[in-house]
Amino acid sequence: MNTPLRHVAMVVVGMFLVLMGGVTWIQYHQAGSLNADGRNSRQLYREFGGPRGPIVVAGDAVARSVEVDDDFGRQREYPEGELYSTVTGFYSIVGKTALENAENGVLTGQSDQLFFTRVRDLLTGRSSEGAAVETTIVPAAQKAALEGLGSQQGAVVAIEPATGKILALVSTPSFDPNLIAQNDTAKATAEYRKLEQAEGNPLRSNATLETYPPGSTFKLVTAAAALENGYTPETKVDSPRTLRLPGTSTDLPNFGGESCGGEQVSLADALRVSCNTAFANVGMDLGVDALREQAEKFGFNSSELTIPMPVVASRFPEELDTPQTALAAIGQGSVTATPMQMAMVAAGIANDGVVMRPYVVDTVRSADLEVVSQTQPSELSTAVSPQTAAELTEMMVGVVRSGTGTAAQISGVDVAGKSGTAETAKGVDPHAWFTAFAPADDPRVAVAVIVERGGDMGSDATGGRVAAPIARAVMQAVLGS
Amino acid sequence: MATVQPLPVRAGRGTELVLLVLALAVGIGAYVLVGIGTSGEVPADVVGYSIGLTVLSVGMHVVLRWRAPFADPVMLPLAVALNGVGLAIIYRIDIGYEAAGKEHGFAGRQLVWTGLAIALAAAVIVFLRDHRTLRRFTYTAMVVSLVLLVLPLLPVIGQTINGARIWVRLGPAGLQPAELAKITLAIFFAGYLVTHRDALALAGPKVLGLQLPRLRDLGPILIVWVASLGVLVFERDLGTSLMLFGLFVAMLFIATERFSWVVIGVLLFVGGAALAANLFGHVQARFDVWLHALDPEVYDREVGGSWQLVQGLFGLANGGLFGTGLGQGRPDLVAYAQSDFVVASLGEELGLTGLFALLMCYLLLAQRGLRSAIGVRDGFGKLLAGGLAFVLAWQTFVVVGGVTRIIPLTGLTTPFVAYGGSSLLANWIIVALLLRISDDARRPAPAMQVLTIDDLPDPDEDDAVPADALPARTSSVAAARPARTGSDEDAHGDDHPTERIGGVS
Repeated sequence: MNTPLRHVAMVVVGMFLVLMGGVTWIQYHQAGSLNADGRNSRQLYREFGGPRGPIVVAGDAVARSVEVDDDFGRQREYPEGELYSTVTGFYSIVGKTALENAENGVLTGQSDQLFFTRVRDLLTGRSSEGAAVETTIVPAAQKAALEGLGSQQGAVVAIEPATGKILALVSTPSFDPNLIAQNDTAKATAEYRKLEQAEGNPLRSNATLETYPPGSTFKLVTAAAALENGYTPETKVDSPRTLRLPGTSTDLPNFGGESCGGEQVSLADALRVSCNTAFANVGMDLGVDALREQAEKFGFNSSELTIPMPVVASRFPEELDTPQTALAAIGQGSVTATPMQMAMVAAGIANDGVVMRPYVVDTVRSADLEVVSQTQPSELSTAVSPQTAAELTEMMVGVVRSGTGTAAQISGVDVAGKSGTAETAKGVDPHAWFTAFAPADDPRVAVAVIVERGGDMGSDATGGRVAAPIARAVMQAVLGS
Repeated sequence: MATVQPLPVRAGRGTELVLLVLALAVGIGAYVLVGIGTSGEVPADVVGYSIGLTVLSVGMHVVLRWRAPFADPVMLPLAVALNGVGLAIIYRIDIGYEAAGKEHGFAGRQLVWTGLAIALAAAVIVFLRDHRTLRRFTYTAMVVSLVLLVLPLLPVIGQTINGARIWVRLGPAGLQPAELAKITLAIFFAGYLVTHRDALALAGPKVLGLQLPRLRDLGPILIVWVASLGVLVFERDLGTSLMLFGLFVAMLFIATERFSWVVIGVLLFVGGAALAANLFGHVQARFDVWLHALDPEVYDREVGGSWQLVQGLFGLANGGLFGTGLGQGRPDLVAYAQSDFVVASLGEELGLTGLFALLMCYLLLAQRGLRSAIGVRDGFGKLLAGGLAFVLAWQTFVVVGGVTRIIPLTGLTTPFVAYGGSSLLANWIIVALLLRISDDARRPAPAMQVLTIDDLPDPDEDDAVPADALPARTSSVAAARPARTGSDEDAHGDDHPTERIGGVS
């Protein structure tokens, strides 16, 4: 009977090899997909149970983990309430957004970047803690932006032109992340649903995820294309009161049907008073390809930008006929842009024509204060030549000094700006835009502001009246800090 | 005259003691780590716990020194280590369940059962001086087995828990008689097969190269087949039925050396199971869960869905290569984390490495048992040790394979580790029986210089040995054994013509 016993012994070895294979399959090969499975509550428990790193603005934690006495053991807390909600997003049982989502790996400490920290913690027996995410946000600018928008729906983006650091990022209506960060699943879900269905969807960032017709702020792009293609600020352009679009029976008027100051105006004056007919003519003269190329140099038609939250692509369409090109040149028709994109346009002009890659995470620091990673400023693209940038700057200074953007003036500082009042549909109040940078000779901040549907002023709203004061307040906050 | 020089045999009790210290260190260390991992503190009762576990293990060791000095030195430490790790993980799950407001307090009861089980194992060693005594109870064992299998179906004492009617309630204690039935069945099979193995092996037609048995020899096997399917159908317990059938097929194979039995056995069981799958919803559901565990439709099913299995998989995945560390995972998120899914709990907190170590313990235990089967001289002992060692490995395979989706999930307990009194009692008795048989296997024969090869009948032709040669064999067997076994010869020695001399081949 010994031969079959030996066979049985071999079979037993075989059975255990199969078991080891099965265990390896699940614990090694399938572990990743099982851990990522939406039905796996462990991921959440593990993340909640572990000390999640804080999100820091100017040395203060604006999102932090606090110990609570419940099943999870910890809860996310946002001491500043709604102020930084566009930056931090929320972290909750119901999900996570914005930085809480984009930087989840380092916040939980699970990121590969923190591999050596984890190994060391393993060896020294210290419990692993998440890393801190230090942002580029300037509190004063953020506050000015949120207060400026107030109850109006819209967004503000402020960028340091030389680096791409995002100094303010606000979307209104805002929300208090503490409401969703409750550990009570039912309550958190109820708050989430409420916000999701609230007017203006507070959970969605208008600054990065919403596109609007850029209106006259797009004239900066058209002007840039003109200057790059042989125009000078002094080049005279036809500027009739109304312009019959070729091949149509549509008359394009100037804003309010006004004159631009003559049948012909210089390009600089056309920008100063935001002359629609002049820019329509410039656009038709340059053609759709030149406009699109210039727009793309500023970042349009690219969906790859992450700050590290994803920014949706701003659009300049592929195919446009002549009348559509005329409308596109003044930022109407099918051109759309995010507030982030328009801030990048201003920042690019401010930075001698070079658009820096915008970013909101400055430093990731492990729990023992070692720098894990630091974002180095990098060029996204060269939009225009330094000369064109200088000419555009001068033209934009004119807009604020004596044009449509006087409300953005800051005493003692040259401000370069451009207003925009974007029609969306008949009977709907226009969006009020303003994009600017300051000081004009040594720019430290570029900003884009949008107030949806005229904000508090309704149909009387213009970019210069509604959005420019907000832009000024944000720039002042940065310059004053 | 050639002399057979017996190899010096080391009793191994010293080795066992050293290994036992290691095993206790594993068990107690795990217990301490659970405390540190969950609350940051060493459990308050660690001294009492350590003393208890040490007294039990060392007590068993002393009993072996006294009554089975040549027993295998590895088996007891392996069983102690497994039992210790099991107690630690159950204690850990208690803490998790308590925090979640679920029923807890399993560890305390498991500790009591551990004490009882080891005491029972010691009693087996003390009172069962020779395993061959059990052969006298071959048919008693069969009757007891059938009673044990039928008990849960009886009214009043039988209980249905989680859809399986495999429980018997006796006062405060719930028992799963099938766990004990595997021992009595192994005894019955060993006794029956050692008598009938030639008929089963040699008679009958040959079909397609397979030696088929005669129909009348198939009778008892068919009865067992029906019985194990009966367990499946009436008690709704796929696991027990699979376990018993595996045991029987393995023992048939060992007894007859005929591969055809394995084929017939597997075919019968697969056929029966397929039939059952078609006829009974719960078996069908098990297969569904096995094949489509992650399918949302199967996962969300209210009854008979894969929720539990998938939660176990999530736990295993969470453990990864090195585990979360004891006390630092969330095994309490899995239902029955302390019993049916204890493997998932261990895999989560100890990781792939920990599970491998655990599987190696089981593998070693089974292999030491099989080694004893090979070493022991009598056919009954070989069959019994082989069957018991195999059923230990088989049960582990069925339960771990179920949790890891290698085979459909069945409701079996993980030997020594899972919460459950019947399982602990049964497995400690199995270890005691294997220790007893190994003592016989490893006991050095007295110097056999009186025997030469010429004196011995050819072992391969023992059926041809003329009747008048028998006295010579009897004397040689007696000479080859310690004196104490001589008195047992009548009962089970050479009453069977296939009993071989010096069965060590």
